Amino acid sequence: MKTSPTDRNDALGQATGTVAKAPALVSLKNVSKTFANGTVALRDMSLDISRGDFVSLLGPSGCGKSTALRIIAGLGDASSGSLAWPVRSPVDDKSGTGGPNQDISFVFQEPTLMPWASVFSNVYLPLRLKGLSRTAAREDVMDALQMVGLESSAGSYPRELSGGMKMRVSIARALVTKPKLLLMDEPFAALDEITRFKLNNDLLHLWEKFGWTVIFVTHSVFESVYLSNRIIVMAARPGRVVQDIAVDAPYPREEEFRTSDTYNDYCRQASQALHSAMEVSEPA
Amino acid sequence: MTMATVDNQHSLSGEKNRKATKSLPEAARWISVAGRMAIPLMMLVLLITAWSLYVWAFDVPHYILPSPMRVAVALYTDWPILAPALLVTLKITFTALTIALVGGVALAVLMAQSRIAERALYPYAVILQVTPIVAIAPLILIYAPSTQAALLICAWIVAFFPILSNTVQGLKSTDHNLLNLFELYGASRWQTLVYLKMPNALPYFLAGLKIAGGLALIAAVVAEFAAGSAGAGSGLAFRLLESQFRLNIPRLFAALFLLSLTGVAIFLTTNTISYLLLRKWHESALKREN
Repeated sequence: MKTSPTDRNDALGQATGTVAKAPALVSLKNVSKTFANGTVALRDMSLDISRGDFVSLLGPSGCGKSTALRIIAGLGDASSGSLAWPVRSPVDDKSGTGGPNQDISFVFQEPTLMPWASVFSNVYLPLRLKGLSRTAAREDVMDALQMVGLESSAGSYPRELSGGMKMRVSIARALVTKPKLLLMDEPFAALDEITRFKLNNDLLHLWEKFGWTVIFVTHSVFESVYLSNRIIVMAARPGRVVQDIAVDAPYPREEEFRTSDTYNDYCRQASQALHSAMEVSEPA
Repeated sequence: MTMATVDNQHSLSGEKNRKATKSLPEAARWISVAGRMAIPLMMLVLLITAWSLYVWAFDVPHYILPSPMRVAVALYTDWPILAPALLVTLKITFTALTIALVGGVALAVLMAQSRIAERALYPYAVILQVTPIVAIAPLILIYAPSTQAALLICAWIVAFFPILSNTVQGLKSTDHNLLNLFELYGASRWQTLVYLKMPNALPYFLAGLKIAGGLALIAAVVAEFAAGSAGAGSGLAFRLLESQFRLNIPRLFAALFLLSLTGVAIFLTTNTISYLLLRKWHESALKREN
């Protein structure tokens, strides 16, 4: 059983580590975000993400889940509150600002590929921006492509690929830097169900193998239960955390898990949480 | 030995098969190309025939409307006069286009990188563009060191704006998530420009180039009309005017023909460049897949 976020905060704050299973990788404290037009996207969001966790942010649209993800990524600052990386060594944080960038990857809802560049060049991009030559990066790029099963499509252009394959390229690009934290903003929302299930499984296998920390934004109860070991349910207007569900089902999870009782129980629990979140949300 | 021959035969027949399967769509492609060419060509023949018949049937004097044959003859006999004029017009057009290309892109990059530069320069680029070139030409003729330079400036003013405005548009319409991605990976301004904004602006720039190519020629001709220059260094526009004054209408048609030909050549060139650069990825150069 997981501890509640407040307990974990305390444990971390006192640095005694009595309850926390793993040190928090990233910790949000009372983070609020108000947009220029007055919309309160997030209010007082506090959340610790433990290293190695697969955390889903689940909530209705407008609950600030994407905003939270962007703040963690460093794409936009919080209006108030703080973001901390307790276990980050100074080596990881070259900028010295406590900012992210070094070991974070982001997967957007759209594949967000450069249409003029081949699959190889798209995956090569993060390394190219770091100053690596094409030759030096070759092995890493091909490894990343192989992880998503697209090593034979290296020379193709994005327009030649299906929606699912484009998303795989996008994931390969995120993996090529060997990130510690993978942020995914509804990555599979635009895909058909069969492709989504396949990508869910592939993502889980990679996560089990490499042990990154994943923060996964979704509006699908089923997806969040299937993938994650922790679901943060959020309410909208203002965006806030309303429930923190630990999904204590063992990995590896395969297709059978989708029909198991445990899965159904958690789906029911998450659905109810989402419903009550919708009730406390102001109407859109 | 026999095995080898058999193998050879195999590979040969295999080769033949491959060629046969390859040549079939190839032939179909040629037929479709020929089919596409046939209609405009037939139209051309029809028009020239109608033109000839009209001139012949109504006995139209050649100083009003020369027959196509007379135009062809004029093109041949007046070639020593027309060729240098064509060369002058071509030189002005292409020099103006080159400067417009370099200047337009450089200015566009500057404007996309700096809001201050954009605010300072863009309104004046617009003013320069919206003022009719014929109206500015007399002034330019006074200030420019030579008529040639004046013509060049006129052609440049007209050609540079579509390149500038299109390239600025292209540089600014970069996908926001890709920009986020570049920011996330700590890309420098320069890297974002070269790896993201410039490739993104390429189709816009090429659309601008297509317009600018045609406009540069038009401006070179219009400016020469306005300048009314004469003598050894004059271009096709002057030869047109001169032919009109002398009622040498066949030569006027011949000069006109050369101008159209130049325009078509520029159009085809810019279109080909655009196709070659975009064929791998941009919608404009791709066939629909249904």
